[in-house]
Amino acid sequence: MDITEVPVSQDIKSKKKKTKKPKKKSVSQEGSGVEENQVEENQVEEKMEKSESATAFPPTFSVSEIKNKQRRHLMFMKFKQEKRKQKLQLKKKKKKEREALGDKAPPKEIPKTIENQRVYDETTVDPEDEEVAFDEGTDEFSAYFNGLTNPKVLITTSDRPRGRTVRFCEQLATIIPNAYVYYRRGLALKKVIPQCNARNFTYLMVINEDRKVPNGMVLCHLPDGPTAHFKVSSVRLRKEIKRRGKDPTEHHPEVILNNFTTRLGHSIGRLFAALFPQDPQFVGRQVATFHNQRDFIFFRFHRYIFKNEKKVGIQELGPRFTLKLRSLQKGTFDSKFGEYEWVLKRHEMDACRRKFQL
Amino acid sequence: MMEDRSRLCSVWVGSETGILKGISLYHKQAFNFCNTTHLSRDQEVRALCWGDPAETELLVGSVDGTVKTFSTEKGAFTETRRCGDPADGCFTGLAVLSDSALVTCGECGTLRVWRDESSEPVTELDAGKNVCRMRQNPVDRQKVATGGKDNGLKIWDLEKPEKPVFFAKNLRDDWLDLRRPHWVRDMAFIPDSDKVVTCTGHHQVHVYDPSSPQRRPVLEAEYGEYPLTALSLSAAGNTVVVGNTHGQIAMLDLRKGLVRGCLKGLAGGVRGLQCHPSQPLVASCGLDRFLRIHSLEDRKLQHKVYLKSRLNCILLASRDLEAGVGAAEQASQEVKEEDDDLWDTMEHVQDVEKRKAKEEEEPQKKSKKKRKKGQD
Repeated sequence: MDITEVPVSQDIKSKKKKTKKPKKKSVSQEGSGVEENQVEENQVEEKMEKSESATAFPPTFSVSEIKNKQRRHLMFMKFKQEKRKQKLQLKKKKKKEREALGDKAPPKEIPKTIENQRVYDETTVDPEDEEVAFDEGTDEFSAYFNGLTNPKVLITTSDRPRGRTVRFCEQLATIIPNAYVYYRRGLALKKVIPQCNARNFTYLMVINEDRKVPNGMVLCHLPDGPTAHFKVSSVRLRKEIKRRGKDPTEHHPEVILNNFTTRLGHSIGRLFAALFPQDPQFVGRQVATFHNQRDFIFFRFHRYIFKNEKKVGIQELGPRFTLKLRSLQKGTFDSKFGEYEWVLKRHEMDACRRKFQL
Repeated sequence: MMEDRSRLCSVWVGSETGILKGISLYHKQAFNFCNTTHLSRDQEVRALCWGDPAETELLVGSVDGTVKTFSTEKGAFTETRRCGDPADGCFTGLAVLSDSALVTCGECGTLRVWRDESSEPVTELDAGKNVCRMRQNPVDRQKVATGGKDNGLKIWDLEKPEKPVFFAKNLRDDWLDLRRPHWVRDMAFIPDSDKVVTCTGHHQVHVYDPSSPQRRPVLEAEYGEYPLTALSLSAAGNTVVVGNTHGQIAMLDLRKGLVRGCLKGLAGGVRGLQCHPSQPLVASCGLDRFLRIHSLEDRKLQHKVYLKSRLNCILLASRDLEAGVGAAEQASQEVKEEDDDLWDTMEHVQDVEKRKAKEEEEPQKKSKKKRKKGQD
C-alpha cells in the first residue's frame, strides 16, 4: 500500500524542487526527502484506515479519483496540510544547517524574477550617446527642460463624469501645481486643444471612465505633442487610504521617476516630469513618485520627514493609481489621422513575459 | 576610413535628426554619415534618391530646402545645392532625369526641374496644394506622378509641363451620396503597363489606368482602419506592400485587391517602405526608430536594426543586400579565375571521358548510400 501512493507525491515533490532550486541541491536532499515522504505517507494511510475500514486502493491512486465530493475535499485538504508541513520542516532543516555552518554557509541565492531575467532591450539609453542626447535635447519638451515654459495643466474628463472620477480629478488637481479642472461640456478634444493653446496651457489631461470608475487617461503635451494614452487601474482615493497624512499643501512637489530606461521609457519619463514645475519647494516635503515595474507605472504621493540623521519617516497622502501605456502618438490628440510612435500590440509584444517596453 | 564604411552599406536611411545612416547587413553594422558636432533639426532628411544609375551618388533632400550630394565612393557630402525656399514646405520627392537634371517637389506643390549649376529652375509647374508625394516612373523617366490631400493623382510629362498627362477624377460618391475626399499619400508606377497604384489617408489602395478612358480608379481595395502612409511594389509587380500609421504592414494582391498577408513586428507608424528590386525582401522604417527587413516569401522578420532617431525615408541598393561588397567582388574574381583555369584544362576533354567520369561518380554515390543503410 505504501508503494502505490509514492510515485504521485514524489512527482509533485520533484517538480516543486525543480522550480525552486537549482539541480545540485535537490539531488543532495532528495534522498532524505523521499524517506520522509514515505514515512508521512504511511501516517496518512494510517489515519485513513482509522477513519474508514481498510479498503484497497487501485495501484495508481490520486485524490481526484475519489468520487465522493466531501471525501475528496477532505483528502485533498489533508494532502495539502502534509505537504505544507514537509515544506516547513525542510525550511527549518535548511536554516539549522546554515546556522551550523556559520560563516562558511553558501551565499543565499537571488530569487529569479522576470525582471532580473529581463531580455536585453537594444534601445536602452546610454547617457553618453550624443545622438540620443541631441534627439532629446531638441524634442517637444526641450522648452520646459530649458526653463522657458512653466507647466499649466488642464484636467477634464469624459462626458458626464460621475462619482469617483470627479473626485479623482479634484485630487489630481491638488497634486499637480497650476492645474485647473474644467467640466467637459460635451466638447470635442480637437476643439479644446486650440483653445488651450490660446490660453498657454502646456498639458491637457483627460480622465476617461467606465461605469463610474476611472479607467483611462489621455495625456497630451501642448502645443505640439506628443500624446500618450494610458490605462488607469487600481485607483484609490484619499479617503480609502489607511494611515494617510493631512491633505497636501500647495508647495511644488519633488518628482521621482524610477526605471524608465529604454528610449520609449525616457520619452514617457520626460512627459511625466514636464507635468510638474522644475523647482521643487523643499519646505513642503512632498514627493510624487512614478515607479515603473514590468511596464506598469505606479503613482504614489508622499510626505517625508527626517526623524534624525539616519531615519526617515514617510506618510502617504494619496491618491494612488497604476498606469499602463497603451500608445504614444506624435503630435496633439488625433486618434484617427495621427501618427503613432508606439502602439501596444497585445499577443505580439507581450508574447515574451521577460521583455519590457519601458 | 569613411569611404570604406560607405562602400559596405547597402541600405540608406534618412533620419529626423538630420543624420544620413548607412547600414551594412552583411557586417551587421550601422554608420552615421554626418558631422556630429553640427547636428540640427533643419537638416532633417525628407527625401532620398540615387543620383546616377551606378548608385555611387546619393541625393539627400533636407527640410531647409537644400539638396546635398553624398558620394558613396568618398563617404562624404560633396555638393550642396539650394533648391527652393524653406517656405515651399519640405521635399516630398526627389528624382533624377536621364540627362542628370534634378526634379524636386515641395509640399505646397511646386515641381521644379533644375539643370546643371544654374540657380534658377528650367521648368516649374504647380501640382496643386498639399502634395504628399512625388514619384518618378522608373522606365519612362520624363514622367512623374504627384498627389496629396484633396489633390488627386496627376501624372506629368516634364517635356510638356503645361498640362498633366493624366489627372484623376473625383471619387464616386458613397452610398449615402456623400463626397469622398482624395488623400493620396504615396504612389508607384506598375512596370510593363501605364497603371499607377496609390495608397490614401483613408486606408484605400487605388489602381489608376491612364491608358483607359476611365479616370476613376479601376481597382479599389481597403486595408485596416488607419491612414496608409507608405507603399512599395514588389519585384514581380503584382503585389503591393502598404504600411499605416499604427505600424501595420500588409501585402495586397493587385489582381483582385485582396490582402495576401501581414508583416509583424513593428511598434510605430511606417514612414518609409521599399521592396528590393530583385530579391523578395521589403525594408521598412518609421517612428519606432527601427529598420526592419522582412522576407516577402514567408513574411518573417530577417533583420532588425535600432538606429536611435526617428526615420523618415529609406533607399535600398539594387545589389544583393546581404552580401558584403568586398566579399562579392572577391568572390566574383575568384570565380572568374577558377573558370579560366577550368577552361584551360578542359580544352581537350572529350564527351566520352565525361561519361566515364559520371559513371565513376555514380557507383560512388551508390556505395555511400549502401554505407548509410548499413549504419542504419
